[in-house]
Amino acid sequence: MLKASDHIFTNLYGVHDWRLKGARARGDWDKTKALISKGREWIIQEVCASGLRGRGGAGFLTGRKWAFMPPDDEKTPRYLIVNADESEPGTCKDRDILRFEPHKLIEGALLTAVAIGAHVGYVYIRGEFYEEANHVDAAITEAYKAGLLGKNAAKSGWDFDLYVHRGAGAYICGEETALLESLEGRKGMPRLKPPFPAIVGLYGCPTIVNNVETIAVIPAILRRGGAWFAGIGTPNNTGTKIYCISGHVNTPCNVEEAMGIPLKELIEKYGGGVRGGWDNLLAVIPGGSSVPLIPKDVCEKVLMDFTSLAEVKSGLGTGGVIVMDKSTDIVRAIARLSKFYMHESCGQCTPCREGTGWMWRMLERLADGIGTRDDIDRLEEVTYEIEGHAICGLGDAAAWPVQGLIRHFRPELERRLTKKRIA
Amino acid sequence: MPKIVIDDKEIEVPEDMTVLQAAEEAGIEIPVFCYHPKLSIAGNCRMCLVEVNNSPKPVASCAMPVCEGMVVHTNTPMVEKARKGVLEFLLINHPLDCPICDQGGECDLQDITMAYGGDISRFDLNKRAVPDKEFGPLIETAMNRCIQCTRCVRFSSEIAGIPEIGATGRGENMEISTYIQRTITSELSGNMIDICPVGALTSKPYNFKGRSWELSHTPSVDVFDAVGCAIRIDTRGREVMRILPRQNDEVNETWISDKSRFAYDGLKYQRLDRPYVRGEDGYLHPVTWEEAFSRIADKLQQVRGNHVAAIVGDMVDAEAIVALKDLMTSLGSPHLDCRQDSPCLGEGPRCSYLFNTTIAGIEDADFCLLIAANPRWEAPLINARIRKNYLANALRVTSIGPSHPLGYPVKELGNDPLILDQIVKGKHRICSSLRAAKRPMMILGQGALRRKDGGVILKRAQQIADTYGFVQRTWNGFNVLQTAASRVAGFDLGFLPGRKGYGVKEILKRAGKKNIEVVYLLGADEIDMKPLDKAFVIYQGHHGDRGASVADVVLPGCAYTEKDGLYVNTEGRVQKGLKATPPPGEAKEDWKILKALSDKLGLALPYRTPAEIRARLVEVNPLFDEVDCLQPARWEPFGEDGKLDPEPFEFAIQNFYMTDSISRHSITMAKCVQQILSQEKEND
Repeated sequence: MLKASDHIFTNLYGVHDWRLKGARARGDWDKTKALISKGREWIIQEVCASGLRGRGGAGFLTGRKWAFMPPDDEKTPRYLIVNADESEPGTCKDRDILRFEPHKLIEGALLTAVAIGAHVGYVYIRGEFYEEANHVDAAITEAYKAGLLGKNAAKSGWDFDLYVHRGAGAYICGEETALLESLEGRKGMPRLKPPFPAIVGLYGCPTIVNNVETIAVIPAILRRGGAWFAGIGTPNNTGTKIYCISGHVNTPCNVEEAMGIPLKELIEKYGGGVRGGWDNLLAVIPGGSSVPLIPKDVCEKVLMDFTSLAEVKSGLGTGGVIVMDKSTDIVRAIARLSKFYMHESCGQCTPCREGTGWMWRMLERLADGIGTRDDIDRLEEVTYEIEGHAICGLGDAAAWPVQGLIRHFRPELERRLTKKRIA
Repeated sequence: MPKIVIDDKEIEVPEDMTVLQAAEEAGIEIPVFCYHPKLSIAGNCRMCLVEVNNSPKPVASCAMPVCEGMVVHTNTPMVEKARKGVLEFLLINHPLDCPICDQGGECDLQDITMAYGGDISRFDLNKRAVPDKEFGPLIETAMNRCIQCTRCVRFSSEIAGIPEIGATGRGENMEISTYIQRTITSELSGNMIDICPVGALTSKPYNFKGRSWELSHTPSVDVFDAVGCAIRIDTRGREVMRILPRQNDEVNETWISDKSRFAYDGLKYQRLDRPYVRGEDGYLHPVTWEEAFSRIADKLQQVRGNHVAAIVGDMVDAEAIVALKDLMTSLGSPHLDCRQDSPCLGEGPRCSYLFNTTIAGIEDADFCLLIAANPRWEAPLINARIRKNYLANALRVTSIGPSHPLGYPVKELGNDPLILDQIVKGKHRICSSLRAAKRPMMILGQGALRRKDGGVILKRAQQIADTYGFVQRTWNGFNVLQTAASRVAGFDLGFLPGRKGYGVKEILKRAGKKNIEVVYLLGADEIDMKPLDKAFVIYQGHHGDRGASVADVVLPGCAYTEKDGLYVNTEGRVQKGLKATPPPGEAKEDWKILKALSDKLGLALPYRTPAEIRARLVEVNPLFDEVDCLQPARWEPFGEDGKLDPEPFEFAIQNFYMTDSISRHSITMAKCVQQILSQEKEND
């Protein structure tokens, strides 16, 4: 369990003042100048030492991502993008950071900008996050007034401008290259990789796109040292993480805990336990809608980190824990997720455009009990035809929940097959 | 150069190549839908997935650059599974209506499915229905068949430079459409039909007319403008069914203009299929060849040889030009002209009337000055090259002349010929840019040369070229943009007024009066026919158009699809057109008509076979010896001294879709005028 002193997001629940004054009282913007004066190499080194993995879902090492940037030639602009397009079903961690800890984000953005050599940053906020965008906007205005942003930000000698850009509410714009397209004013459609944004990003310039949570923990890492952060959690899965517990639990909540906390402990302790007791648990989606679900027997022992969840063929994703008790129509639930992915597919590449709709329709039919066992095999094959063949990760994200369903609930699917398909 | 291994074949390829190109080089086929060598890479069809070492997922070979030590597999189970999967996805919403689809037989989806697809359909739900779109008179849409490869979208925004097509909607609701159902206005729109890998975009005029396997293909050359695009004439029996582009990277790459592609239906209407003679009643009466020739011979016996004049039209082949020239010379007439619109061109050195930079050379230019030229209408493929250079190197284009959207940014200096004087004197704001340019080029439109002061403009253009380094040791940036397919051949063969000879204007002025009594029009329809009323007019050509209406004797000739012939394009490139169909009725090849007429007149021209007339061409100008090759013209002085006329310029072509006797009789072109030009006017 995370020590009280190790909490980074001390205003996660919004009980304190989120404005500059309150943030300063909690230690934000404290000696930022001194941190910056230690130099870019030092910042990158500390972040590498902390073992911080991106909090957006893929879990890529943040320090390594930064190291992909080409050497600074002083002529080409470089950009920092804060990805606040949080739209993953079951996830609402970034939202609370934007609302209640905007100054952590802004300070983190400045420190990151120094590390990667960017003078301009954008916070790309999901269109539906209206109040959140207002908070960030207000916080940025405060920061400018206090001399923490703009020319000679925080008196560090570094110029940094931060802008808020509101999206139009497309899930796909959370994909980093689709986000760049959207930011440039085009239709949000992922770009082909390589080249990666770190080499060719916004307006063709080197760009780092990081999740809100990733950026917001940077100041704490630098103040308290990479070693402190690395000391929390399990090897290769260091630091704290905000988990979002939702679904059939008694007290749904966001909670900051150490990486690698047992899932059962997380649900019991913070979620107030599964509705109707642990034995009423059916399955958990441990990392936002994009990862395969895990059934109760797996939930007993699994740890909440990237490695452990990958071992049980799921993933930590965004840390959005969706708990489903035995009252859940699990097929219908996954069918609903499938519909979400069909609706959010951008339509650019074939497997995702054509496959997500097909999957949803097959699932709906199976949920109605129409079909034969062959239909389940066919559905499974279709998920593998999508997985790994699309331009971006949305195809994979659409396929995984369905794969998880078939992997763990095939008997349930077969049990329902009562009605014959009309040819 | 990185070395890579593809399917156990080791090859060395340039660094900037993609895996797909490298595989092509190694002779390994990778199926594609969205990839097109002339368009940007989209990578969205996912058909070209291959296995690359170090990558757990298959990668799109069209977008993957090669790197040293790469090992690529195109035939592993992983790749086969990926291809089958993608094809299955493409087919679930693609209607299986191949038997009634115009693309059937030449459809990428059909071919690739046969080669790589599965054998049964596992999709048992309803297919998606997409409303068809109205793209105008040229393109038929069947949007159910669309596989969203976005080739057409990329074509319109990249090649045509008129971003009229886009994708609306998201996911499976994504649709290709024009903005609120507007007609596509690009002159290159027909190429979207070619690049569409399925039957979503098909040719409206050719709709349900034929199947691709019934057609015979004849490689030939286009004559609707002076670019000389490589075309393929597809025929069934005696009928031209459609015209497609052939690849010629030196000239048209893989595109042709809509006029070249769709005006062929004009070949079916108002054709001259037998000789006619005007009777006492003022009407034309069908006669035999013998009677028509006798009528001409009778008339020519009554007049002196130097009272006969001859004018050559815009679509005539070099053989007919040289035959007519020889005939006129034997008659003793110096009154020859191939310039129906009378530009001040042709008498000067060869460099003064050629597109010296060459079409492919446009890509090397870094500055382009247009003088009364509208390349979008006068030579759409040259316009596409300019745009290509603009996209690749941000070519700066400036224009003196009327304003017209060209599909790339043009700095307009105004429509004032006197600007030329200012540039010559170095007193115009553009001069500094001209001086800074390393490889500048200018394009002189016919609109500038047709004027009374055309010769002076030509001189000014040369002065500008000399002053600002347009002509260097390996670079010639002086270009005249011809609009007539026969014009350069006419100049090269010297079909111009001889000693004391008259040009077109003089011929028309004197026609029917004492010194010009007989006028021979060889396919010439673009002159003012009124003054010819009183002259004895012989019209030889393929359409009953303006020329035939004033003719006393009509001799039916061949259109470009019906004869073998040489044409010289605006660059000076000799190209060969081939006969695809026989001419209608009693019509004959043009040079053979002239040969037969010369026999009748007792002036027998000394050639009987195609080989002999080719030899005669080479004798007149050795350039005709080599087909498809370019010889740079020597830079020599030309033009006239004098003062510029401040009258503003006008473009040579006012209506792109109707410029000659074939396109004037094309129903498709008439529809284009009606729909496209009217929409453009609305937009203005």
